[in-house]
Amino acid sequence: MSTHTLSVLVENKPGVLTRVAGLFARRGFNIESLAVGPTEHAEISRITILVSVEGSALEQVTKQLNKLVNVLKIVELEPTQAVQRELLLVKVRADEASRRDVLQIVELFKAKVADVGPEALTVELTGRPDKLEAMLNMLEPYGIREMVQSGMVALGRGPRSMTQAALRSVERSA
Amino acid sequence: MTGSQTPSAPPASGPTLTGAQSLVRSLEEVGADVVFGIPGGAILPAYDPLYDSTKVRHILVRHEQGAGHAAEGFAQATGRVGVCMATSGPGATNLVTPIADAYMDSVPIVAITGQVGRPMIGTDAFQEADISGITLPITKHNFLVQSAADIPQAIAEAFHLAATGRPGPVLVDLPKDVLQESATFHWPPRLDLPGYRPVTRPHGKQIREAARLIAGARRPVLYVGGGVLKGRATAELRRLAELTGIPVVTTLMARGAFPDSHRQHLGMPGMHGSVSAVTALQKSDLLIALGTRFDDRVTGRLETFAPHAAVIHADIDPAEIGKNRIADVPIVGDVREVLIELIPAVEAEYATDHRADLTGWWRQIDQWRDTYPLGYAEPTDGTLAPQYVIERLGKIAGPETIFAAGVGQHQMWAAQFIQYENPYTWLNSGGAGTMGYSVPAAMGAKVGCPDKLVWAIDGDGCFQMTNQELATCAIEGIPIKVAVINNGNLGMVRQWQTLFYDERYSQTDLGTHKHRIPDFVKLADALGCVGLRCESKAEVDETIEKAMAIDDVPVVVDFTVGKDAMVWPMVAAGASNDDIQAARDLRPTFDSEE
Repeated sequence: MSTHTLSVLVENKPGVLTRVAGLFARRGFNIESLAVGPTEHAEISRITILVSVEGSALEQVTKQLNKLVNVLKIVELEPTQAVQRELLLVKVRADEASRRDVLQIVELFKAKVADVGPEALTVELTGRPDKLEAMLNMLEPYGIREMVQSGMVALGRGPRSMTQAALRSVERSA
Repeated sequence: MTGSQTPSAPPASGPTLTGAQSLVRSLEEVGADVVFGIPGGAILPAYDPLYDSTKVRHILVRHEQGAGHAAEGFAQATGRVGVCMATSGPGATNLVTPIADAYMDSVPIVAITGQVGRPMIGTDAFQEADISGITLPITKHNFLVQSAADIPQAIAEAFHLAATGRPGPVLVDLPKDVLQESATFHWPPRLDLPGYRPVTRPHGKQIREAARLIAGARRPVLYVGGGVLKGRATAELRRLAELTGIPVVTTLMARGAFPDSHRQHLGMPGMHGSVSAVTALQKSDLLIALGTRFDDRVTGRLETFAPHAAVIHADIDPAEIGKNRIADVPIVGDVREVLIELIPAVEAEYATDHRADLTGWWRQIDQWRDTYPLGYAEPTDGTLAPQYVIERLGKIAGPETIFAAGVGQHQMWAAQFIQYENPYTWLNSGGAGTMGYSVPAAMGAKVGCPDKLVWAIDGDGCFQMTNQELATCAIEGIPIKVAVINNGNLGMVRQWQTLFYDERYSQTDLGTHKHRIPDFVKLADALGCVGLRCESKAEVDETIEKAMAIDDVPVVVDFTVGKDAMVWPMVAAGASNDDIQAARDLRPTFDSEE
């Protein structure tokens, strides 16, 4: 099993996320992370999916996704050829005694303090999953009260735009 | 059909219509002249303008499942999109089975359902069901229409999606208040399907590579699936087959795509295929797979299927290629266009003297054919052989007749013992295996092809699931004929109990013999049909001829047959095709080959 990042451009219409997520579930493909958001074109949304599959199964999942009428374009982003980011918010215990040590870790990771109180800090960090994990490991001994993490978002490196290419083919077929 | 996508913007003005009127006008514009359905609360507004339509004939069925299968039968017999209509909630959920069936067998149908009004959606309102959610995994696409102005576009897109590319079912869900509100009607609407671009033109390089393999193969087989029928490519298939002299097998969904009487035809492959068809695939060095999907019922245990064969796989659905079996030469495209380009490419190979000799291959195949022909044993208990009934029915009704089978033993015998000479004369539920398919499908086929003789071949189990549509047939003037192959049991399940469960017949005796409940002759009479019964070999021909002589009302024939007949040959579920049994405890030996 290996993990792949799929960037999927879809029509911005009701129910499209259900169609995509449902397809993964019923064909037995495992979603590790999922993020949906708008693009620079109001009519197009982008879904970034991390899927863990065997080699040849990736082709099958891509082909099945392509059959969904609302799916416009799918690109697999190679980790080395893409900028990949996740967002982490973590509420960590920090009182008089430990606050200084926690802040030192925050600084080390170039994270930000998003909220402060007498007993806890909420730390915000953006980065690749391994970086997020490294900081969490460091904060763990101080006591993690709660945390939330976004799905991964990613863009291919270099000047090329996949939305633009999709849009051109949309116009051709219209 | 609107055919191509129209880029021009709609005109600024048009008549003001209610959503319901707009729906009926749209159906008229796309050329849907028949709708099978049942009204109910949420779809009621649509039935008012339908009452006035002179172009759309509505056929009032007795159960929504019947409407769905009728739409399928209509589509499979005519090649046009079939239409069914139901109300919200249970009306819509009763369509789920035929929609799933159409999805599995790539049948182009459009299902139109009423929905509760927009303000009620999500409130668990009376007769509310999330039918677009429910049918998400079993439709090619579906629509929940949010305004009356969107109806023409939704209908045009639904018909376009159903009929093009790999065909399939499309559902359009219409909230009641959308049907009641007014909007300006424009036709033709603009089709806005930017993510839908089926590839129909095959890649030239792949065609040349395929031709090279075809010319060089010593043991090739044309493995033909239902896509060849859906793609209207039977004439081109015959040209390629006759040009190359390569043997042909036709899957359950492709019966009729190549004439059974043709010398090159080895019959059906798969679990109940002929020994020669199954074995030819197993021993082949090249499968030319056309519009077929390497279904488990064809391949048996996949790892041992056709182990020596290279694969050319042509299909309009790219996701089918490589799904079950890796293709050496994948060809995405419309199968007719593929064949049209493949024929000259093969001729070009032959022109350079590249042509393998198939004499030895045919010698082997003919030996299998001669040693293990399709056949059956006469019952020793004096009962009527179901295979004989079906064989005679095929002979007497003739090759122009459309046959629609249910699911089970009778379906397999109908696939084996009737000679199909023409495309679109064999309708059945292949992928889903839906019992109850045959009577409503035959009804739909007869509506689509009123001048053709249509026989439903059904089992006594299947028949009791959907026979109420005979009331529809009797009242609407749809004179189909039904051969009930009545063995008193759920025959195929019983066969498995005989073979794999020590003859422990748990819940398979339907009592149709023991108690004669129901009495199918009386039932036929009650449904406005002529009912006949045949219990002996001597009566078979005259009973069929009697049924054939009646053409103004539907006819039901209760063929009371023995319960112990079994379908052979057989590859047990999960077994390798190499372990095919020609008959019980008869494993073919292939010692003389190679």
